[in-house]
Amino acid sequence: MDRVIDQPTSPISALEAKIGRRKFLKIITAAAASIGLSTSAAIQMVEAATQGLKPSVIWLHFQECTGCTESLLRTAHPDLAELILDLISLDYHETLAAAAGHQVEKSLRDAMELNKGKYVLIVEGSIPEKDGGIYCKVAGKTAIDSLNEVAAHAGAIIALGSCASFGGIPASGPNPTGATGAPMILKDKTVVTIPGCPANPYNLLGVVLQYVTLGTLPALDAKGRPMFAYGRTIHEDCPRRAHFDAGRFAEIFGGEGHRQGYCLYRLGCKGPATHANCSIQHFCEVDGAWPIGIGHPCVGCTEKELAFQVPIFTTVDIERPTPPDTYPPINAEHGGPSPVATAVGGAVVGAALGAAWRQSKKLDAEAPDSTGK
Amino acid sequence: MSQHQATPVGGKMMTPTVRILLFIFLVGLALIIWRFAVGLGPATGLSDGYPWGIWIAFDVVTGTALACGGYAIALLVYIFNKGKYHPLVRPALLTSALGYTVAAVGIIIDVGRPWFIWRIPISVGKWNLDSALLEVALCVMAYVMVLWIELSPAFLEKWKDSRHTGLANFSRGLSTFMDKALIWFIALGMLLPTMHQSSLGSVIMLAGPRLHPLWHTPWLPFLFLISCLGMGYAVVVMESTLSSRAFGRRREDKMLASLSGVISVVLFLYVAFRLGDLLVRGRGPLMAGEGMLSVMFWLEIALFLVPAIMLAGSRGRARIGTLFRAALMIILGGALYRFDAYLVAFNPGPGWSYFPSVPEILMTLGLVALEILVFILLVKSFPILSGTSPMAAGSKQGVNT
Amino acid sequence: MDRNRRSFLKGLACAGATVAASAVPAAASDRREAPADAVGMLYDATMCIGCKTCVVACHEANDLPPDNRGDALYDAPQSLNDRTKNIIKLYQGEGRRSYVKQQCMHCVDPACVGACMIGALQKREYGIVTWDSNRCIGCRYCQVACPYNIPKFEWDSTNPRIIKCEMCNHRLADGKEPACCEVCPREAVIFGKYTDLLAEAKNRLAANPDRYVDKIFGEFDGGGTQVIYLSHVPFEDLGLPQLGEEAVPKMNRTIQHGLYKGMIAPAALYVAMGAVMLRNRRAGGHDEGDES
Repeated sequence: MDRVIDQPTSPISALEAKIGRRKFLKIITAAAASIGLSTSAAIQMVEAATQGLKPSVIWLHFQECTGCTESLLRTAHPDLAELILDLISLDYHETLAAAAGHQVEKSLRDAMELNKGKYVLIVEGSIPEKDGGIYCKVAGKTAIDSLNEVAAHAGAIIALGSCASFGGIPASGPNPTGATGAPMILKDKTVVTIPGCPANPYNLLGVVLQYVTLGTLPALDAKGRPMFAYGRTIHEDCPRRAHFDAGRFAEIFGGEGHRQGYCLYRLGCKGPATHANCSIQHFCEVDGAWPIGIGHPCVGCTEKELAFQVPIFTTVDIERPTPPDTYPPINAEHGGPSPVATAVGGAVVGAALGAAWRQSKKLDAEAPDSTGK
Repeated sequence: MSQHQATPVGGKMMTPTVRILLFIFLVGLALIIWRFAVGLGPATGLSDGYPWGIWIAFDVVTGTALACGGYAIALLVYIFNKGKYHPLVRPALLTSALGYTVAAVGIIIDVGRPWFIWRIPISVGKWNLDSALLEVALCVMAYVMVLWIELSPAFLEKWKDSRHTGLANFSRGLSTFMDKALIWFIALGMLLPTMHQSSLGSVIMLAGPRLHPLWHTPWLPFLFLISCLGMGYAVVVMESTLSSRAFGRRREDKMLASLSGVISVVLFLYVAFRLGDLLVRGRGPLMAGEGMLSVMFWLEIALFLVPAIMLAGSRGRARIGTLFRAALMIILGGALYRFDAYLVAFNPGPGWSYFPSVPEILMTLGLVALEILVFILLVKSFPILSGTSPMAAGSKQGVNT
Repeated sequence: MDRNRRSFLKGLACAGATVAASAVPAAASDRREAPADAVGMLYDATMCIGCKTCVVACHEANDLPPDNRGDALYDAPQSLNDRTKNIIKLYQGEGRRSYVKQQCMHCVDPACVGACMIGALQKREYGIVTWDSNRCIGCRYCQVACPYNIPKFEWDSTNPRIIKCEMCNHRLADGKEPACCEVCPREAVIFGKYTDLLAEAKNRLAANPDRYVDKIFGEFDGGGTQVIYLSHVPFEDLGLPQLGEEAVPKMNRTIQHGLYKGMIAPAALYVAMGAVMLRNRRAGGHDEGDES
């Protein structure tokens, strides 16, 4: 770290030139930490990436609200977004592209052709399956066909947001369009899913950074979610956990417990059953900007069984209960005898027995019926 | 004066021994007052796991068994008509009366809300007839009164000749009544301990699964009763021997020797029943495999069996030293049996342990000191002990205890 | 055989016979049942998440002070005690984990009720075992008797009480449930009519046999308890004792009643002894005379 700061070199990226080295390094550090890279390694990778050919990214939108894109762009400081856009060549993005219509479709085909087998496909939004998928068509093609076509030659596929991961809001009952997630369409491919509504942009950054610099994908769980972000439940790392453990709960919004910041479990918080890292990686780069942080129970937006299925104020089971050591055990210890008392007791009994024994010996020595004097 | 006429021992009251005992008692008394000021928690080693400690196991359960000398002797003298043991009756009764009174005091100190104790004999409609402890409580309350009544002839005898005419007349009148009525009190004095000494076994039987199977048996009442009889006789031997030495009276070695033949039978009965009951119910293997508890079990058996053997033959009985040691062992055996049943073999679960605190021990010592103290003072003042003194009556040199 | 010994033994035999005669009816079926309107609680350990809301609610509903004495952290007692009528404990072992709620079991035939001399502890309305401060002398026999180690004593008080769950009977009068059952967010512990709860427990066992150990604790244990348990780990691991089906106070009751029913045996013994002593006196003094 010292070496990099103390010896000014020419800026390694346009972003750095714009915001200054210190801020730049801060962002790199945060992003690298989330995928377990050291800062110096990350910096070296950024150097390598900006000098080489930036990987092509094709970003498809289907049944979505564009919230995931917005959460990426609408950070408190635009730096994060710029960093990502600095690391990659975003060759197709319906919201951000300047071009439109046939022009932008041409650049899509060109990018696919030029980077065959190497480009990153990012999917945002769910894909309708009913009636041949006619409920979402872009440029005359159904979402299913689009997805299959682009995914066929993609080097990596990332499903960003709950909708792309498993269907999300469009898939909630009664699901009139038969909406489903990208992994369900691309059954024989590895799809990294980054669920969330919206997805946490830092999670995307982590995956992209690793792919861009190391060429590999992070460890994934059974649902394709990166373990570094989705390996633990909200409950395990929740800042309000101490209240849960002590039995202090908010009962109603605005009530005493709520105002004291007590645990929201009884208001239906899905934290115990929801795998995500929102409790440690907040949103908008504002500390405390996440649902529980502002006093609303987690709704479980990263979980297919919970999000938009289970009512917000219904309580859930605790997955993998991890009670702290402060729970009383079945057989608690209750102190023991004092050594002083034991000594005194022993002395008293010993003295009495000794005296009695001595008496008996004296009696042995005496004549029958004597008085012993 | 016939050799078996009871006479006061006489002599100085405030001897060094009495002073020491008084001091121990006063320390105990101060602690008792403190106990009421701070509550049982700070004053004792008791806890929710071990709510009963030495005040119950020793003061009440063992203490009353040791105070069964009067009961044991009365059975011999009045039921089996062995008049030759008559001289042993009064001192045994005094030991019993004091022992039970001190046990009653022990209970008042031990319970948490003693101001309601008076309700127990009175609130008949609220009695829980399922409770063995109720029966113990009522019996002990009655028995304390009966014991002092049984002992009253000793006091009346002296007061009859009092210089205060009021007291003398009252005593004479009461004596006449007692001559006729005493027999019914004596019968009560044998019925009541039969009931509550056996019930003390029933009391701990309710602990059920928490009392180790080497001790828990439906025969607990019977075993407590027999062992108490053995202890009662043993206490008579000890008390008689020690009193003779202390007060310069001739010992009654032959009487004690013949008494011990009875003891031997009782002890064999206890051992046979204890072992037999365990074997019949298939608990034999526990006798060896339970670690510390097996050791305690065999120690109890030994402390009953060894003296039983020692006293079985007339040669052993003839030697007072042997008799005394045997009596000591019986008392220890009976005390150990009770301590084991109420404390050592009682298991409230892991994490709990008990040992009396220092104040708890000192309060018990204070009560024991009181008992001995009052015994000495009463024996000196009233005609309780029999046997002649080798010195002439009234001599100052005779007694220095 | 000596005349006196003979007559005493005769008297003893008579007394023995009366005891045996009076004992026979007492030995007939003594199994007690819960009252018809008995209420209870059903605790399902598989549903408990250990949130301890019930511990907090019990404290509030019963006006108990927080317990931060000794090695307890803030208000976190390690066991039931004189400030804690209800507690959640954790069992961890052999890769398994379970919470368990501990409080008075409100036995159908309670040992503490059998023990209490003066009826301070009794089964009162709805079969709930309650404590009467106007009767208790603080002898703590109930603590010795209870196989679940439930009654707790106020050791540090000069006017000590026995503290234990009384199923919030003060709330039942207002039509409310016990506080623990009312607040449980997972309905792991529920309140209701005892017969209904037993039926519900049986339904759960039948519907989900793989989820539970195949037993309802308290259905028969120790004569039955009005608070019943379902669990996915063996009940002994949760600290619930293995009691067999016989009620704890039954042996005592049988013996006490057998020996003392109607005070017939003691009276007979008394009369026998009195008779022997009278005969001895009339026979003119003792046998074997005075010996030195």
